[in-house]
Amino acid sequence: MATGSESSFDIRPMDQFIISPLFSEGDLNWYTFTNQSLWMLIALLGIIGLFVFGIRKGDVVPGRIQSIAEVVYVFVHKMVVDIAGQEGLKYFPYIFSLFLLILFGNVLGLLPYSFTFTSHIAVTGILALLVFVSVTVLGFIRNGVRFLSLFWISSAPLALRPVLLVIEVISYFVRPVSHSIRLAGNMMAGHAVIKVFAGFAGVMGLGAIAPIFAIVAVYGLEMLVVVIQAYVFTILTCVYLNDALHPGH
Amino acid sequence: MEGEFVEMGKLIGAGLACTGMGGAAVGVGHVVGNFLSGALRNPNAAAGQTATMFIGIAFAEALGIFSFLVALLLMYAM
Repeated sequence: MATGSESSFDIRPMDQFIISPLFSEGDLNWYTFTNQSLWMLIALLGIIGLFVFGIRKGDVVPGRIQSIAEVVYVFVHKMVVDIAGQEGLKYFPYIFSLFLLILFGNVLGLLPYSFTFTSHIAVTGILALLVFVSVTVLGFIRNGVRFLSLFWISSAPLALRPVLLVIEVISYFVRPVSHSIRLAGNMMAGHAVIKVFAGFAGVMGLGAIAPIFAIVAVYGLEMLVVVIQAYVFTILTCVYLNDALHPGH
Repeated sequence: MEGEFVEMGKLIGAGLACTGMGGAAVGVGHVVGNFLSGALRNPNAAAGQTATMFIGIAFAEALGIFSFLVALLLMYAM
């Protein structure tokens, strides 16, 4: 921000989202190892740790880590069956990995001094575009031209259908935009709010009781929001998948 | 001088864009409130509809996030 930098009241809540190279100087290339890559790697190792080492023993009575893994698995499995039906189970591995990547990215981003890779539209945009493109291709492969009945709503009165066609086409192509911006925007806004209150606490010094309580409250809310946003991203993927598998209802 | 006016306009515009979040707040509150009033009348059917509620929240909330995005774009990207 251009203003406010000359006073001592200098809070920069957006600095946490800056991507910087870790082991080299200078420009960012596609092969540069940045803090973004580091936290993606940590999320990946966390997922592998949870599911490979947590399940490896395979006890009948699950231990702590194994029951976490089982709860997450059953939760996503039930979500896919409820929304996209039994046919959607073929695509369950992709949806499950999507959920885990976003969940780990969001939750790890709440650690102090960490980096939230899901707060970047570059990341969420790719995830949403992959879902959008694959769902559209899948819809045409599975249903052929009948997939277009998603836009031509036969249960509506005939005079209304052209209007609905326009609305449906627009809302179909806005899907990847809203899908990605919802996640990135929520993560960015929530983490920036925490940093704003942290900045207040830093300015006020030792008497900063109110901002610290505010940080605790917002942090608790953020714990809820990060899980719900991972859930929402996954459930919308299931809804789009259901549209591709069963167009017309 | 002209740059200051542009800067001022950007900040005012960013502040105005944030009023759109109020609409999203109304929308999300409406969705959850109606879900709750329906759920209290028929608690047995409530568990099956929580997913629908979250989808509704997500759609209502997306538009508020768009206004936040406009504010961010005005402040940092333009």
